[in-house]
Parts: sequence; C-alpha cells; structure tokens
Amino acid sequence: MRYYDRLIFELSVPGRSGYSLPDSVLAVSPCWTCRPRPGRGGTASAVGSEEIEEFCDPAKFFDSYDSSREILPGLSPAVCRKSPLNLPEVSEPDVVRHYTNLSQMNFGVDTGFYPLGSCTMKYNPKINEEIVPQFNGLHPLQPESTVCGARMILDFMDKALAEITGMSHFTFLPCAGAHGELTGLMLMKEYHVSRGDLARTKVIVPDSAHGTNPASAAVCGFDIVVVKSREDGLVDVDDLRPLLGPDIAGIMMTNPNTLGLFERDIKEIASLVHGCGGLLYYDGANMNPLLGVVRPGDMGFDIMHLNLHKTFSTPHGGGGPGSGPVGVAEHLVPLLGIPRTSGFHGNFGVILRACAYILMLGRENLKMAGPLATLAANYVKESLKDAYKLPIPGVCKHEFVFDGLAEHGDVTTLDVAKRLLDYGFHAPTIYFPLLFHQALMIEPTETESLQTLDAFIDVMHTIAREASEDPELLHSAPHNTPIGRPDETAAARQPILKYSF
Amino acid sequence: MSTFAYFPHTGEDIKVMLERVGLSGLEGLYSDVPPEFIHKGEYDLPSAMSEDQVRRWFEDMASRNTRLKVFAGAGAYDHYTPSVIPYITSRSEFLTAYTPYQCEISQGTLRYIFEWQSMICALTGMDVSNASMYDGPTAAAEAMRMCVACTRKRNTVVASDRLLPHVLEVLQTYARYGGINLLVVEDVREAIAEGSLDLAGVIVPSINRFGIIENHTGLAELVHELGALLVEYCDPSALAVVKTPAEWGADIAVGDGQSLGVPLCYGGPYVGFMACREQWMRKLPGRIVGQTSDAKGRRAFVLTLQAREQHIRREKATSNICSNESLLALWCTVYLSLMGPEGMRKLNALCYESAHYLKEQLLATGKFSDPFEDYPFLKEFALTPLCDVPRLQQALLDAGFFGALQTPEGYVTFCVTERRTREEIDSLVKVIKEAAL
Repeated sequence: MRYYDRLIFELSVPGRSGYSLPDSVLAVSPCWTCRPRPGRGGTASAVGSEEIEEFCDPAKFFDSYDSSREILPGLSPAVCRKSPLNLPEVSEPDVVRHYTNLSQMNFGVDTGFYPLGSCTMKYNPKINEEIVPQFNGLHPLQPESTVCGARMILDFMDKALAEITGMSHFTFLPCAGAHGELTGLMLMKEYHVSRGDLARTKVIVPDSAHGTNPASAAVCGFDIVVVKSREDGLVDVDDLRPLLGPDIAGIMMTNPNTLGLFERDIKEIASLVHGCGGLLYYDGANMNPLLGVVRPGDMGFDIMHLNLHKTFSTPHGGGGPGSGPVGVAEHLVPLLGIPRTSGFHGNFGVILRACAYILMLGRENLKMAGPLATLAANYVKESLKDAYKLPIPGVCKHEFVFDGLAEHGDVTTLDVAKRLLDYGFHAPTIYFPLLFHQALMIEPTETESLQTLDAFIDVMHTIAREASEDPELLHSAPHNTPIGRPDETAAARQPILKYSF
Repeated sequence: MSTFAYFPHTGEDIKVMLERVGLSGLEGLYSDVPPEFIHKGEYDLPSAMSEDQVRRWFEDMASRNTRLKVFAGAGAYDHYTPSVIPYITSRSEFLTAYTPYQCEISQGTLRYIFEWQSMICALTGMDVSNASMYDGPTAAAEAMRMCVACTRKRNTVVASDRLLPHVLEVLQTYARYGGINLLVVEDVREAIAEGSLDLAGVIVPSINRFGIIENHTGLAELVHELGALLVEYCDPSALAVVKTPAEWGADIAVGDGQSLGVPLCYGGPYVGFMACREQWMRKLPGRIVGQTSDAKGRRAFVLTLQAREQHIRREKATSNICSNESLLALWCTVYLSLMGPEGMRKLNALCYESAHYLKEQLLATGKFSDPFEDYPFLKEFALTPLCDVPRLQQALLDAGFFGALQTPEGYVTFCVTERRTREEIDSLVKVIKEAAL
C-alpha cells in the first residue's frame, strides 16, 4: 500500500471531460451502414430529414455549455438550476488512474486475513460477480410474465434459506442486517397489533447485543429493556424472568452471542418469552457457525434475519450493498408482506450472488461451513490464550473475545489492533462487546487456511512480546501503512465533510 | 472429507487443529448445544455444482426473462453505465473491504466516500451529505424521522401524494411503526395553511410521479414560518439542470442515486443519498467521512461524528443504519467524475429532446390527450390514454417495449433516457399507431 494524496477534484482542468454521449439521439442515424449509399439506392432511414430538423437542431443544443446559457429551450427558467455545478472535469484515463491509486490504499479480503469479529469476512467467490450482469437490464416494475427467471431465483432462495434456517418463508426487501432487524421488529409489532394486543411496547435486548438491536427497536417505536449477562457470558435467565409480562413484545437474541458463546438456555428462554405472549427475534449476524448444524427455527425463534454479506459470502463493498432477508415462522407468514421497508424487491443483485454461493456449496459443503469456521475460531483461541486474557474459557463458536493482553502494562487493545496492521493483517473488532473494557473480538472464517491462522497467531505472540519490550512501538503504531493514526478529535471538532472549491 | 474449492482444510489440517483444541471430532465443537437442536440428516437442497454448472444455471434463469426496451421510469431509470465503472468497482480492494473502521488501511474507501459527499453537496446545493442510505425511499423515510428529531416534540409530517408510489409506501411503513403522524396530501400548501404546531416537516418531490418539474416558489418560507423542515425528494441526474433543493430553500435533500448510471438490476442494489443544511448536521443519520491529518501532517480521512451512531449511542442513535451502499456510492462517484458538469448537462438535454419528441409523436397518434399541457418536464411524462390501457401495455410488451405504466388516476407514463435510439422511439410510436387499442 502506498500513500496517494489526491482527490478527484484536484485533477480537474476546465474543458476536460470523460463522458461519451451522442451529439443527438434524434438527428444521428444510430446505424451508419443503414444510410442510403449515393448512387446505389439502398434502404432509406425510417424518418425523413425534414422531420429531424424540426425536432432537433444539434447546434442549438450542443455547441457550448457555459452554465449561464439556456440549455433546455422551452423549460421555464423558474425551475432551472442557476448555481454552478462543481463536478470535476477529468478525462477517462485520469479517472481510471485516480481510483486505481485510491484502491491501493485499501485492504480487502482478497488482500489478507480479516479476523473482524461479528463481520464474517469470508472469501467472496468470483463466479458470484460474473453471473450478475445478465440481469442488469430488468426494470423492477416489469410484469411478472417478463421476469420469470428472476422470480424463480427468488423462489429458490426463499426455499433454500427456509431449509437452512428452519423458518417458513422469507422477505427479501431489507438491504442490510440492521434493515432486516427493523423489518423483523415491524413484523413483531404487526403480530401483536393484529391480535388487538396493543400493550406490548417493550423489547428485551441482552447487554451483549449488537448496537443495532436497541437502535432498530427504537426506530420501530419500542422501549428497550436490557437483560444482563451472567459471569459465564450467557443471558441471565434469573434476570430475564421478572422482566417478562404483558408489556413485552419480544426478545432479540444473538445465538451464538457476541462473545461467540452458544446460549444454551435458549429452550428455557423461548418457553419463558412465549409463555408471556412475546416473540423471539434471531439476529442472524452470527449465523455462520450454525450453518449445517443448528437451525434458528428449531430453537423456537419466530422471526430472524440473515446477513447475506456475511454468512452467504457476498462482498461487503466497503460498507454495502448488503442484503438482510427476514424469515418468519409459519404463524407469521400472512404478515410477511405488510412492512414495505424498501423500494422495489430488495438488493436483487446481492441475492443473486448468495444464490450462486448456495449452489456452489450444495448441501454437502454448506453443512461443513459452520463446523470449519468454529474449528478455526477455537484453534486461534486456544493458541493465543497464554498471551491474551480469555475471560470466559471453554468451547466457542465462530468468534471469541479476549479482554486485552494478559500482561498489558499501558498497552491498550487499540495499540494491539494498530500494530497488527503493520504485519499485514486487518485488526479484530475492538472495544465490543461492551462487557469487557479491552475487548478484542476475533472471527476467523472457514476460508482461512491453517498456514494463515498460524501466521496470525505468530504475529499476535510477537505483538505481546513487543508490548513488554517496547511498548512505545505499539503506542505509535501503525508504522507501515499509508497514513499513521489520524487526529479523530480534530475531525469531529471542526468537521470538514466535503471538498471546498 | 472431499475437498471443496473455498475450504483450504485438508484432513491432516483438521486433525492438527482438533488436537490443539483438545477434541477428537468436529461434533465436539457443539457439545454446548442441547442435542435436540442439532440438525440431523441432509438439507433438502441441491448437491454441489461445478462452477460451469452454476454459470449455466444462471444463464438458463436469465433466458427466462424477457429483454425489453425500457420506456418506463417511476424511480428506476435506464441510463448508460460507462465501462470504466464496473471495471473500477470490481477491484477487489474496493469490493472485498469491510466498512472503513481501520482508517489507516481504508483510505481508498474513505476518500471516495468524501468525494461522494462532496458531489452530492454539489448536486443538491446542501452543506453536508452522509455516506449513503439503502435506497431513495428509505432515505426519504430517514428524512421524515430526522424532521421529527430536529423539531423535538413535534410529530406530524406532511408528504405530497405526487411522490413516487414506492417512496410513499416506505414512508407510510416507517411512519406507522415508528409512531409518526404522516399525512399524504394532494396539496401541501393547503394542508399546512392552518398552521399546525405539531408540524415537523414537509416532503415534496422535485420532479413528481407524472414527470413534472414542480414549482416550489415560496414553499420553504411557508414551512419555515411554521418552524418545520422542508425535504425534497430528487432525481440526482436531473439536478444538473433543474432547480436544486438548496435553491428552493429546502433543509434536507434525499433521493436515489440509481439514475447516476446504476443498472436497473430488477430494483437493486441502488443507493440512497441524504444531505442537509449545516444546522442539522448532528441529526443526520448514517456514516459520515471527515478530513483530518495524521501525526506527520499527512491529509487523512476518517469516519467522524460517530456519537450519532448506533454502535456508540445504541437506542439513542439517530438511526439504526450501519452497512449502507458504499460500493454504489463509489459507482456514482466514478460516474459523476466521468460525466463532469458538461456531460451531465448534455445527458439531460438528450433525454429532454427525446422525451419531448416522443410525447409529440404519441399525441399525434390521437390515442392520448395531454393532461398537463404547459407543465415543464424532463425525461418522463404522463398522458391520458384514449384507448384500452391493458391492451396498450400488451401491444408494447409483444413488440419488446416496456412503457405506459398506469398511475392510480388512470394516466400512463413514459420515460425516455439517452439510451433510447431514434429507431426505437419511432418504432414504439408505430406499434401504438398501428395496434387496435
């Protein structure tokens, strides 16, 4: 990676351009060879030249484009843009080189190991990208009879995800995990309202939950009640019991939870929550270790979402597009279409990629994904617990959490994370979950080889050694990246959020 | 086990790893799961396919769709995608990166988001943009929530019924479950004339679902007098030539970036944008990238103002949004870089020219009348059909065209982008002229 300090605006030269458009759609015959050839007759174009003249005088439109000029004749100036349009003026080669240079300051799954907890950064297969463009031309409002293939894929995905999760049916509208949570909570609310039960205004969220859980519940108009975790990191059933009552709409659970621990009391929790009239929501962000082994539907969950950009290998794209389909148990199926949480049919292009993944793996490899991911996590955990503080021993699922270095001195989790970047690894998720002050949350996936895991383990040991021998090296890390630690306080105090011309 | 291309583990590797963990088999990894929850037997799913088989499977599916020449818009526009864009966005450094939490190795992502924010501000005239929303309709819904958050105890939002239907549906969904009093009205000015003290915001389209460029002269003043916010839903492509939300005096601009060269792709992924006046910056939902520097004084970009967000504020966050549509923001940023100010104006002129030509030709068939004579439009327009609409739509489909979308009022809409050729336009008109409707 090398530092490249330009913004596209800084490459701009007035008068340069990178677009390719016809001068006029109406005046130019799109098929040059169809023109009659002089002296040889041939086929005349469909429209006479006078007719063309009448509708378009190219010179009138395109000779020059200074912004003061009226470019859309006949359009009332009252509705026309007056202010200058500050977009860069650059050529096509400028654009390609600029973004190629930008890309070289980025780290992706194809660059190296990404042990980012709760993010399931598994390999993104390339065939998944290649199958998408043949669907690019479909307009979302085309009648069903003209999109049979697209509908068949959505139907297949509905069945496949239902089979994998033990739910009954899915909606594909949600565009991300948090969007799925919101859609699922709307369904939860709809369920109670449809039964005339209007008193259920509260949703229970464990203190170990992803931040999106309480935020989604709030957007859906619920009040949040927090249930505590026990010393062993699992939901405290004794703390849960008194919270249950006629005002509880349901509980949001992540299982395995954000500590990577399977909530083994799930059966009792399900029976308690159902007993008070509430529903169980399953946060599918941590579904990967259960692939092929455990189905949320079988554990008693009524509603869930999946992150196709995690469990089903679609690329994360630097923060989306994702897809967060929501599945429900049979008794909620009639409500499934009610919340319209996105414009058309969800992120269809992402669903295609996940479909290719399922077809490639097939039933026999899908059931290996969860165990292999779980094995990788346990291998890394057991290999590092001598140097890093493991607050909760025992078998984990796809991820686990260290509470910083065993011997930390004044070296923080942030220092460890930044030093990892120097060694060519992405950092784990840090300072989450909130249960531990120096949390380092590590999730290898099933697509990392033993050699990669060993290399990571070696580096983590090296960093632990450096922490005692040369802590300053860690405080000032990273040293080998395009930039060093930036001044985040200044960024927030005096925000510069756009380029000034 | 037999090997699989995405799993690097050999039998020997698995043995070594199990030994380290102190287990004799993979089942031991699930010893904490109550046995009744262990799924027994096989998934009822197809067996693994080879890559070539998967490719053919999708080719087969794609062949079951009908390729149509699109003369429809309604929120999804068939603009051309320059070949540079998929080339750049498929670079794995962009494609396979996570959200840029570790800024030292994510400057590529952070810089293009900063450029996107700058370009969205340039198009809309607003001061601050976020890193993107899921799509236009959800951006509108977040704007509705933001109006409520900015005006504190107020809870009523008035939306024009001339917003696109899919935008209204999502607004109604978010309002219903979020407890916001959303009024969808024919005449916004009339609806707010009484001066309700509960009014938090007003949402209007820049170009409405009939394709008309709306005139919002004086609306912002009315809304602001009532202490509420004005939100404009816009087509970012059209903002190169039509009056901007800032010029109309709006507080928040939202819309769908799809018209910036993003393929139709049966409705997604698209990308919502959201920008506002500086005054409301700290109520803006979603990721925001800011400029700063590192210890050596090098310019650096970071996710900033994170105190608004769910991972810090949990239930008190401005929104639950986390992953957005980052790669699509890159898509649109590259598009706008290639197009530049001149390309965007020229593009709009082409659409304008073709759409006006089509409208004239359609009226000349005698099968339509013009319900909105003298109203300005750009690339989309509505006509009153003087013929049977299902037969009209079928005749178009039979000839390979998709157009004449019907509105609830019984109008039909057409849209013409720069991708439609003279031959296609003329042949669409010919089909309508000659069909017995």
